[in-house]
Amino acid sequence: MAELHSQVAHQFENAEQQREASTLGIWAFLVTEIMFFGGLFAGFLVYIIGHAQAFAEGSKHLDLTLGTLNTVVLLGSSLTMALAVRSAQQGNRNGQALFLILTISLGLVFLGVKGVEYAHKFEQHLVPGAQFRMEGPHAQSAQLFFSFYFAMTGVHALHMVVGIGLLSWLLVNAWRGKYTEEYFTPVEVSGLYWHFVDVVWIFLFPTLYLVARHA
Amino acid sequence: MTHPIVPLRLYVGVFAVLILLTGLTVAIAFFDLGGGRLHYANAIAAITIAATKALLVVLYFMHVRYSSRLTWVFVGAGVFWLLILFVLTSADYVSRGWLPLPAPWNQ
Repeated sequence: MAELHSQVAHQFENAEQQREASTLGIWAFLVTEIMFFGGLFAGFLVYIIGHAQAFAEGSKHLDLTLGTLNTVVLLGSSLTMALAVRSAQQGNRNGQALFLILTISLGLVFLGVKGVEYAHKFEQHLVPGAQFRMEGPHAQSAQLFFSFYFAMTGVHALHMVVGIGLLSWLLVNAWRGKYTEEYFTPVEVSGLYWHFVDVVWIFLFPTLYLVARHA
Repeated sequence: MTHPIVPLRLYVGVFAVLILLTGLTVAIAFFDLGGGRLHYANAIAAITIAATKALLVVLYFMHVRYSSRLTWVFVGAGVFWLLILFVLTSADYVSRGWLPLPAPWNQ
């Protein structure tokens, strides 16, 4: 019991209240993130209305196969993250380590595929700026599409890098046996962040790769 | 209110549905659902599927289904403000050109 109490900071009545406070805290942060990404999506909405043809052209230059692959990879990492939290709930140290390693690996695969896509865009001169080259009458406005593409996927990838950092820190602590059935809040809270980044991609994927194709 | 340990089968089931929905959304992107008339049909279908997937992740992977009422209020507030952002923005931009107004109002 004494050890259990040591995990509860003095301002909380008990472990349950502390957990509830942590969950609300991360959700308050995630709501600000909803607003942040929401602004980017709203901007995209405004510009796709004004430049439907150009955005359709731009969208067709994206690699749908790699985009779909990355969606599956990220959904898979959400599953392994949920299973890592579940292992923590059960006090299963090896399970936590295994699923955290799987989640980190899938996160790295996602970033790798994204890197390959970015490299293709540079080779094809589809990066907005002086080097931008595209056939057809919509080349100018298509730069807008690619500006959104790089801004949105770039900020999303940055969130992935932060997430991988968080999970690596969890992995070290989990391996040292820091999380038990009574105290696994850091795993749960980091999991919420990781799933949120997945949710952002769930909307980014159709917005960038699918929606504009028939606009 | 410690939430229960969710059965493994449920997590795997949710994941399977997410993958199916991903396949579905990619498949229908190759067809013009509006039949050339309804411009937004494909967009509406894709965003509806994305919203369904997001709901599954939030409810099950993020445990909101098993969380306190207060957590629901926080999540709901986020979604509500996001809807205000989109509804008010599109009320302006989508509806431009619908009414016979002088040029400056329709650009």
